[in-house]
Amino acid sequence: MAGLTIDQVSKRFGEHEALSNVSIDVADGEFLAVLGPSGCGKTTLLRMVAGFEKVSGGRIVIGGQTMSSAEHSLPPEKRKVGIVFQNYALWPHMTVAENVGYSLKVAKVGRAERDRRVTEALSLVNLNGFGDRRPANLSGGQRQRVALARCLVSAPSLVLFDEPLANLDVHLRASMEDEFADFHKRTGTTIVYITHDQAEAMALADRIAVMDKGKLAQLAPPRELYREPANEMVASFISQGIILPADVLTAAESGHCRVRVLGQEVVVRCRPDERPRAGAKLCCRSPELEAVGAHEEGIPVAIKRVVYQGGSARVELSPVERPDLNLHIEQADPVTLEAGVEARVRIKSGWVIPEAGNAS
Amino acid sequence: MAVSISRVPGRSDFHMQAPAKKGLPSEKILTGLVVAIVVILSILPMLRLVQEILAPGGRLSIAAVEAGLSNPSTWTATWNSLVVGFGGTILAVLFGTAVAILVSLTDVRGRSAFVLCFVTPLMIAPQVTALAWLQLFGPASPLLKLIGLAPPLGTRNPLYSAQGIILLLGIQYGPLVFLMVRAGLRKLPRELVEAGLAGGAGRWTVLRTIVLPLMTPSIIGASALVFVSCVGNFGIPAFLGIPANYLVLPTLIYQRLAGAGPSVLAEVAFLSVLIGAIAMAGIVAQDIISRRRDYRISTTSLPVEPFELGRYRVLAETIMWLIVCAILVLPLLGLFLTSLVPGYGIPLSLKTATLSNYSFVLFDHAAAKSAFLNSSVLSVTAAVFAVLVAVPLGYFIAWRVSWWTKILNLTVEMPYALPGVVLAIAALLLFLKPIPLINLQIYNTVWIILYAYLARFMVLALRPTVSGFHQIDRSLEEAAQVAGAGFMMRLRTIIFPLVAPVAVAGGLLIFMTALSELTVSALLWSSGSETIGVVIFSFEQGGDSSYAAAISMMTVALTFLVMLASNFLAPHLPNGVLPWRD
Repeated sequence: MAGLTIDQVSKRFGEHEALSNVSIDVADGEFLAVLGPSGCGKTTLLRMVAGFEKVSGGRIVIGGQTMSSAEHSLPPEKRKVGIVFQNYALWPHMTVAENVGYSLKVAKVGRAERDRRVTEALSLVNLNGFGDRRPANLSGGQRQRVALARCLVSAPSLVLFDEPLANLDVHLRASMEDEFADFHKRTGTTIVYITHDQAEAMALADRIAVMDKGKLAQLAPPRELYREPANEMVASFISQGIILPADVLTAAESGHCRVRVLGQEVVVRCRPDERPRAGAKLCCRSPELEAVGAHEEGIPVAIKRVVYQGGSARVELSPVERPDLNLHIEQADPVTLEAGVEARVRIKSGWVIPEAGNAS
Repeated sequence: MAVSISRVPGRSDFHMQAPAKKGLPSEKILTGLVVAIVVILSILPMLRLVQEILAPGGRLSIAAVEAGLSNPSTWTATWNSLVVGFGGTILAVLFGTAVAILVSLTDVRGRSAFVLCFVTPLMIAPQVTALAWLQLFGPASPLLKLIGLAPPLGTRNPLYSAQGIILLLGIQYGPLVFLMVRAGLRKLPRELVEAGLAGGAGRWTVLRTIVLPLMTPSIIGASALVFVSCVGNFGIPAFLGIPANYLVLPTLIYQRLAGAGPSVLAEVAFLSVLIGAIAMAGIVAQDIISRRRDYRISTTSLPVEPFELGRYRVLAETIMWLIVCAILVLPLLGLFLTSLVPGYGIPLSLKTATLSNYSFVLFDHAAAKSAFLNSSVLSVTAAVFAVLVAVPLGYFIAWRVSWWTKILNLTVEMPYALPGVVLAIAALLLFLKPIPLINLQIYNTVWIILYAYLARFMVLALRPTVSGFHQIDRSLEEAAQVAGAGFMMRLRTIIFPLVAPVAVAGGLLIFMTALSELTVSALLWSSGSETIGVVIFSFEQGGDSSYAAAISMMTVALTFLVMLASNFLAPHLPNGVLPWRD
């Protein structure tokens, strides 16, 4: 009922196409993260859903009502969506309670009812008794919670988060992440959560929409995004996937096929419709590679750099035959590999990136 | 409880409503209103002026231009304007830059007190400055008489000369240069200076080869601004030049109009456009010069660590405070002493000192009495109106950036950037005949002065308001929008409270500037609509310096009070809004 449909939405700023043909369906009560490098259009997307930007093409539908189309755009104040801003956007000239109760005052909710709901919202974010304080006297985490309370007091059916944790330190981030997850579980509100932090997106979202250069690169649950990236961009962006040229030798059989990669034949995961083809790409995660002994079967590699990271080392290496390719593996203590020497690496598994233009 | 919050009955039916009407009526009305005000205050007078020059009476003609060009007094006044314009600018730039470097780059003590004292002359009306200096040096100077150094009565005051005008223009606008160069020096990243020192350059070399070149944009910008102010200044050449028959363009216009009345309007319109053109040439020259090289500073960092002056520190501090004595304390002292003198040439002593000049202008002199009322009402009205318009106008300019808001901003700047005489003549032309349609006559009333004040000073409230908007995160408004607040509601509950301190500070600047304004009102006043500036001017012209001094002292005192009061706003203001706060 309060789902969100982004239907072939485009946005042009003059000549520049910030978004092209993005379609995302968010189910009622779903937690969707929109993830992408800076400049990928994710903030533009959020601002269009909120109504701050008009769409150049396509439609945005919230809860069955068309909010934006090329011809018509409902102003933000009529959309009844909630936003938690990156910088909290608390009004410095109002107390915490006035901040939280603002939307109720705008909607001319009676004094008593307003006070009750403000108290309720503040207790929901564990800020009982903070009503009379000024935003300036709160810590970063407390401000974020006031912003959350302000957004949920009017019970929006859709809440947008604009990189809400970007301004918080690492420790606070973890606890606010828990709080957001908790908030979602309790209220069942539909959430669209913009972030550039993969770990945050993975930890919170039901599904993640990866954006790249104004296009939707992939929309999938976190695990699928990691294990079965739809294209090279997602494969390399998510957890620094390693992309290797490969030839598919056999058709898919129960989700696996045989490929030749760097002179080695390996059985890897693939889509059920995968057919034998040359020039395919294989995505490997660093745990899917391992260093092997000098006499075992493997790819000869030159080690370029070893970075000790405490408990294990990140080893960067290139195949001797293909010095243009960059691979990396983790080696746990005791770290034996060192830069400048040659070693052998074995590919244990991987995922065949589907052929372009053959999206499911 | 959580569930009750997320699913409040009566909320979900919102989505069933018909889509709201496109656009927001209240926002459109306000936009239209703001644009209309800007058009009436800024564009209309300029268009009228241009029309008068090129097509007087509706027919294309260059008769007015030819008449103006063939008159030798035009050329003399233009030459004189250029002489005092360049002279005043050079003096102000040298003076202001030197003091800015001393205060910003060395470890002298008592900086904020010094900045306050040094910048204060900028807040005092030019004609008051002129009057104060005249009282200091003239043969009737009570101060010189007290120490027995006064020249004999009848001796010509040395300030009645081109040199005198240049000196006072330099002192009046030196603080303006100081403020702009100091702002530039504060943004100078200390690494740039430290890299020079580390490269083996001495302090003077660093100053000459790094600091000054990087300050070029500030210095050039300040020069252009000061040049425009000097060329357009009326108060100082009126007090110092008219007695010596040394006329510049603004005083020539004044004399023509005062002598012959509206019949010479077409001729003086040409003269005012001539001043406008000279001022514009200054601004264009600045633009060309500053484009020749790239002085942009790309990094932001801490300001430069002050140079230690060592044993020269006390000397530098002594010089600083001697400057304050020379440009602020002594002139005001001269003014104050003159206001106590019972009559021209009478030596001042404890026995002869009197407050009768004050009581005369406050209670006995009809024009002075009404001038106090007029100027107070005019400056308060102008300030309040400007603040009320500046907030929505600043909102559109800062937050709704598009081609038309940029034009709007330039348009509002114009009446202030151009010399005041230009606007005054334009207002005269515009309102000489009754306003069509409503048949309202505002010529010869106080309203025409109000119109000119609104047009001229609007930008003084707009500039700080726009910079205030730039410092506020736009998401504060967006958060209110998401909360369901319409435009007027946001304006009232979010936007206005957030920018109010800056806008009000701008309003105070307008109040101070308008209170003893002379340039515009000298051309627009009529019997019954005198302003304080006009009354000071006529007292001085009639030889009643003591009365002029008494009124001037009161405006200076009021200015100080407003400066003091505005300090209460200071914690809520961005840097630089109150020029005298360091």
